[in-house]
Amino acid sequence: MKIKQPKTLFEKIWEKHVVYQKESYPAVLYIDAHLIHEVTTPQAFDGLRKRKLPVFRLKRTWGTMDHNVPTKDQDKPIEEEMSRKQVATFAKNCEEFGVNFYGLGHPYQGIVHIIGPELGITKPGMTIVCGDSHTSTHGAFGAIAFGIGTSEVEQVLASQCILQYKPKTMNIRIDGKLGHGVSSKDIVLYIISKLSTAGGTGYFVEYSGTAIEALSMEARMTICNMSIEMGARGGMIAPDETTFAYMKGRKYAPKGKEWDKAVAHWKMLKTDEGATYDKELFIDATEIEPMITYGTNPGMGMKITDKIPQASMFAEGTQRANFESSMTYMGLTDHQGKQLLGHPVDYVFLGSCTNARIEDFRKIASIVRGKKKPDSVYVFVVPGSAQVAAQMEKEGIAHIFMQAGFDLRSAGCSACLGMNEDKIPSGKYCLSTSNRNFQGRQGLGARTFLASPITAAVAAITGRVSDVREFL
Amino acid sequence: MKKKSLTKIISTAVPLAMENVDTDQILPARYLKATTREGFGEKLFRDWRFDPEGNPKPHFVLNQPHYTGEILLAGHNFGVGSSREHAAWALSDYGFNAVVSSFFADIFKNNALNNTLLPVQVTPNFLQYLFEAVLQDHKTVIAIDVEEQAIGIPSEGKYEHFDINPYKKVCVINGYDDVDYILSLRKEIEQFEKKRKDDFSLAF
Ligand code: SF4
Repeated sequence: MKIKQPKTLFEKIWEKHVVYQKESYPAVLYIDAHLIHEVTTPQAFDGLRKRKLPVFRLKRTWGTMDHNVPTKDQDKPIEEEMSRKQVATFAKNCEEFGVNFYGLGHPYQGIVHIIGPELGITKPGMTIVCGDSHTSTHGAFGAIAFGIGTSEVEQVLASQCILQYKPKTMNIRIDGKLGHGVSSKDIVLYIISKLSTAGGTGYFVEYSGTAIEALSMEARMTICNMSIEMGARGGMIAPDETTFAYMKGRKYAPKGKEWDKAVAHWKMLKTDEGATYDKELFIDATEIEPMITYGTNPGMGMKITDKIPQASMFAEGTQRANFESSMTYMGLTDHQGKQLLGHPVDYVFLGSCTNARIEDFRKIASIVRGKKKPDSVYVFVVPGSAQVAAQMEKEGIAHIFMQAGFDLRSAGCSACLGMNEDKIPSGKYCLSTSNRNFQGRQGLGARTFLASPITAAVAAITGRVSDVREFL
Repeated sequence: MKKKSLTKIISTAVPLAMENVDTDQILPARYLKATTREGFGEKLFRDWRFDPEGNPKPHFVLNQPHYTGEILLAGHNFGVGSSREHAAWALSDYGFNAVVSSFFADIFKNNALNNTLLPVQVTPNFLQYLFEAVLQDHKTVIAIDVEEQAIGIPSEGKYEHFDINPYKKVCVINGYDDVDYILSLRKEIEQFEKKRKDDFSLAF
């Protein structure tokens, strides 16, 4: 009998997708699903035209519009000329090349990383790419999923393959029971605050442990989504009964006998006992508390009851200067050494591929129900997809938000990246459920605090940074 | 399709002493609306370079006329964040042929290489040495030799080796393009598709 070398989940999937490997060259990796959107593809389609090539595997390519679409009056022509042109170019490209396309007005339209799982396109054991760094989201189903640039989009369109060097593997194991009021967003913000935005670079992360196993699919997606914020190529979680229950019956999920066969196969997709990772990190779930960021990268996060660090704690030179400039940008220079609790917020953004799934809005609604926001705060609610929006309507969540005085919009990326007109004005504070607090990310001069949906919900009804545990 | 090739860069450098420079700074999202690859250089570091009215901010290094050249020196963890290749297009369109840092974010590195913008990763000490030299004398010339995989200051004779993957090295020196390489393997790709069992990715 041959003794099999124990393998990690990542290795198992990787090996099954290597088409060709020349020594010291990158692997030619087969891609099972390619998701495309309007912003990172026009130049790739131009490339195909120049080379006189078709899309190699149309069945494996799906398009939607999200980054640059308005979230109001989606049925009317887009006012801003360049946006209108980009969106029209994308529709034209999808039509010309014959790509499955869920454009504006389609009931499946939405943020790429929300619609993939929602439609059952995302499946365990797959390789998935998209010209967007948060493609790591799909790893929650036990897939190798990562973001790529436009030249690589062109490669995949042309050949259904991509050139990749095999990354190193890291296991982040989180055991124990999460505390009251602690969400999966807090887990990932906590990890990034420990690892920094570069700590995962070069690695593909697997999240494991009892705390991860206890999470819903939506919660797992939130964690995998932010893998890129620690610099990792991607993040993944082994599929289990929770995964299968989520997938069953979705549009592109296997049906009948095929389903049973698929599940039997997917059950083998886990890291073998005795397999080794290049790096391991162990976290005790009970250590984690509700988190918030105070600075201008996602690694600048702390427990909501902690105090913001002080410049004197950083080494003199570039590091201290960077911290100081971050505090200046955030308008928090005088807040060093102090808590953020009680700090006023002007805007709350409930949305993005990190936290705009139906489960997120259900949790937010459970806190907001029957309450009203103060006049001092403006609350954006941007569902991740048209399906999420429809579901919110059906469950009465939309009504709860309307009663609370929130601005309920249509699906898109919106103020997560401030590409359309949904922006946070300069100097204003926004508590956001999105994933990036970089300077200007949510609008020129906008000041972002990142936190979980329920922490954002209490900020929306109090107008201040608050400890969600006091409201549960 | 033949692309730009690069074997040697001998140039002065622009020192950007910032760490964790993210792609939202390199090219803010509102400039991602273009459907071509050209013209992004004008928008490079837009919000650090100009105030909202469009006036140059004199303290920002790209606005200091004595600092010029094809090489950008930058702090640790350059290019973090969004996968936008537009960031690499902007740097290259502005006139940079290389970015030198002690650490690069993954996707940015790939994007840069795909556009013959050389990401040169050096040790933190060597980066500091380069920064100090350039800050002391903006006329300091830095040389980068792709073939030899060496970077240094010729006038001081001090060099350091840098890594570049063997495949990309060939591409950069010869202007080869990934799509041509992959398409030369079309037969292998089709065979792979035929041979493959347990593929549930297309079940619908
Ligand atoms: S919601 Fe934000 S992070 Fe997610 S894909 Fe859209 S812009 Fe990117």
